[in-house]
Amino acid sequence: MLKTFSLGGIHPEENKLSADCEIEVLPLSPVVKVPISQHIGAPAQALVKKGDIVKTGQVIAKSSGFVSANIHSPVSGTVEKLEEVIDSSGYRRTAIIIKSEGDEWEEGIDRSPEIKREISSGKEEIIKRIAEAGIVGLGGATFPSHVKLSPPPGQKCELLIINGVECEPYLTGDHRLMLEKGEEVLIGVQLLMKALDVKRAIIGIENNKPDAIKHITNLSKDIEGISVQPLKVQYPQGGEKQLIEACIGRQVPSGKLPIEVGAVVHNVGTSYAIYEAIQKNKPLIERVVTVTGKSVKKPGNYLTRIGTPVSDLIEAAGGLPEDTGKVISGGPMMGKALSTVDVPVAKGTSGVLIMPDELSSRKPVQDCIRCAKCVSVCSMGLSPYLLMALSERAIWDSAEEEKVLDCIECGSCSYICPSSRPLLDYIRLGKSKVGQIVRSRTTQQQ
Amino acid sequence: MEKLIVSPSPHVHSGDSVKKNMYGVIIALLPALAASFWFFGLGALIVTLTSIAACLLFEHLIQVYLFKRPSTISDGSAIVTGLLLAMNLPSNLPLGIIIIGAAVAIGIGKMSFGGLGQNPFNPALVGRVFLLISFPAQMTSWPTPIISRTAYLDATTGATPLSVVKGGLISGTPLSELMAQIPSYKDMLIGTMGGSLGEVAAIALLLGLAYLLIKKIITWHIPVSVVGSVIILAGIMHLADPEVYPSPTFHVLSGGLLLGAFFMATDYSSSPMANKGMLTYGVGIGVLTVLIRTFGSYPEGVSFAILIMNSFTPLINKYIKPKRFGEKPAIQKAYKN
Ligand code: SF4
Ligand code: SF4
Repeated sequence: MLKTFSLGGIHPEENKLSADCEIEVLPLSPVVKVPISQHIGAPAQALVKKGDIVKTGQVIAKSSGFVSANIHSPVSGTVEKLEEVIDSSGYRRTAIIIKSEGDEWEEGIDRSPEIKREISSGKEEIIKRIAEAGIVGLGGATFPSHVKLSPPPGQKCELLIINGVECEPYLTGDHRLMLEKGEEVLIGVQLLMKALDVKRAIIGIENNKPDAIKHITNLSKDIEGISVQPLKVQYPQGGEKQLIEACIGRQVPSGKLPIEVGAVVHNVGTSYAIYEAIQKNKPLIERVVTVTGKSVKKPGNYLTRIGTPVSDLIEAAGGLPEDTGKVISGGPMMGKALSTVDVPVAKGTSGVLIMPDELSSRKPVQDCIRCAKCVSVCSMGLSPYLLMALSERAIWDSAEEEKVLDCIECGSCSYICPSSRPLLDYIRLGKSKVGQIVRSRTTQQQ
Repeated sequence: MEKLIVSPSPHVHSGDSVKKNMYGVIIALLPALAASFWFFGLGALIVTLTSIAACLLFEHLIQVYLFKRPSTISDGSAIVTGLLLAMNLPSNLPLGIIIIGAAVAIGIGKMSFGGLGQNPFNPALVGRVFLLISFPAQMTSWPTPIISRTAYLDATTGATPLSVVKGGLISGTPLSELMAQIPSYKDMLIGTMGGSLGEVAAIALLLGLAYLLIKKIITWHIPVSVVGSVIILAGIMHLADPEVYPSPTFHVLSGGLLLGAFFMATDYSSSPMANKGMLTYGVGIGVLTVLIRTFGSYPEGVSFAILIMNSFTPLINKYIKPKRFGEKPAIQKAYKN
């Protein structure tokens, strides 16, 4: 039997419409809007001002702390202004608006297609350059990658797990990267192993991508320490804790990080970005974005510069379909619905999913029939029906006891509920309230 | 361009609905229903239709005229209650008694607690047990299968295997003699025995269970733990004294155990939410069933066992939580290369 995680899980329609579409390069947009906060942690500090001339790959905003990330200009041209724009979260956040002229790159960036296999950098240097290149988790979590490579004192990483699961329906960017840039991805994995000082890496890939499993297995045959672990298709296997359990059978305890069980997880896309940063000296200024949806004329995977408006991607895929009801940044389970298609692509934008009108609205909410289906699909072993009831009634201490903070917001409970109850909406509310209470408690103690 | 719809994730839904689950239960009951028509003919038809119609009517009236809310009868849950109540009645029960049973099931068992999802007890069982206590004679006269097909109130009646054995044991007859007086296990499996509408045909009930499991309407936990614990406990007792304690096969096939384990104990709102809780509850039902059948004054104990365990459900939900992720000791095995 194929490995998978032990608790709960669902299997939504996969709809990988763009799985056979080769990665295409999206033409440059005349104007890009680069938000200074595209990662978890402190926003970067803008280093440029109106009228400045910038080159592609130049640092335009500086990391403002350990948990933060540099931001580089994705195009060359003139800084028009710094302005608040709506980003994929729906909030207005500061962005650097650059009018693109030509495509002149910074010195020292290797843009040749040759693969540079030989690894000459040492551990410290790799981590430093990953931080400089502004690399964050490209699976969607956007946690600055260098932080995950610096385990807290006293904790030792035993092995690296690479997330090639892509369990979100519709998305195919990681799948295409493994097929088309497999060798580069594997060099990235070796760089990560060196940075972490580990001898073993496991690449977890779900069984609905047999071509990627075969390709990566072939390529990694002769690399010592790297193996591919095929996994049963089951959502949310891409969740860090679920993936670790699926691959090595260890459960990360509540409230702890993967390093607690000796593992560090990085995504396939991140490995590719790390290859480019170290071997090619190229900072993170573009990523693969899947544009997809059942009514989309030409679903595809596009190598897209950060800051490009989502509308450009939609144009490339044949325009916004007539029956569009919702445009989602990311996948259908965890993505964010956009209020406008002018939102810029950010480091965490893994896909643009266009949902037809009839699938965009939720069904009317009914009373809970206590069918226990939400309980049985929760991969964290929570009781979603109860967490919702506690949040509705603002009983925060019980919500904390019921481990509301463990929820990974995978959405499986809302997906399965026959009464169409907005379980996760309320659980999010509970998480943020309980989070506040816990934080204020710890500050009081200090 | 029109406005885009914005809502929090997830943006897709499984398409499951209350209706799908309720009509799924109805479909799962069809084989048993067909068997009851085959064995009890006209009487079964009359009892079933009366029970369903009365449940629908009472739910509609209470919901619309008492609660002043839109009618909920289209969700299928009243049909399920009506059907399950009928399955628990003898096929020669007079109309008036059936209607009283439906009124108690829907009015007291379900609506007085607020309707679907709120009831602490299985509504059909509340109705059934009310009738059993109020009309003990009518509720324990069982038409003989097949020969009473064309009869309703005037059906020829006989005893059920459970009551034959219970009565015989009380009067001191050894079990081996009693077993000769009741239908063979093969007949019990097919359903050629006295009993309520839905409890006689084990095979039809198993078909229904398979449907419930395949459609993921219920999980295996409750049916397996109920039947499993009956087999184990009855098995131990039978081994201890085969002349006094009937075999596990007899316990499983003779009465309402399968109907109860598959369709009544699994009622959503009166059964626990966590898997471990379901197992505890199921074992409770199994053990109580054997104890009531063996030591109680009624030959059949499934209904009482389920109602008793229903009352423990809130407690079970409070103390038995789902297995949480991360409870496993962090490093329980060294990673092997
Ligand atoms: S899935 Fe929905 S209806 Fe079922 S128990 Fe959970 S909240 Fe209630
Ligand atoms: S969203 Fe949270 S509560 Fe719901 S299934 Fe996922 S982890 Fe469990």
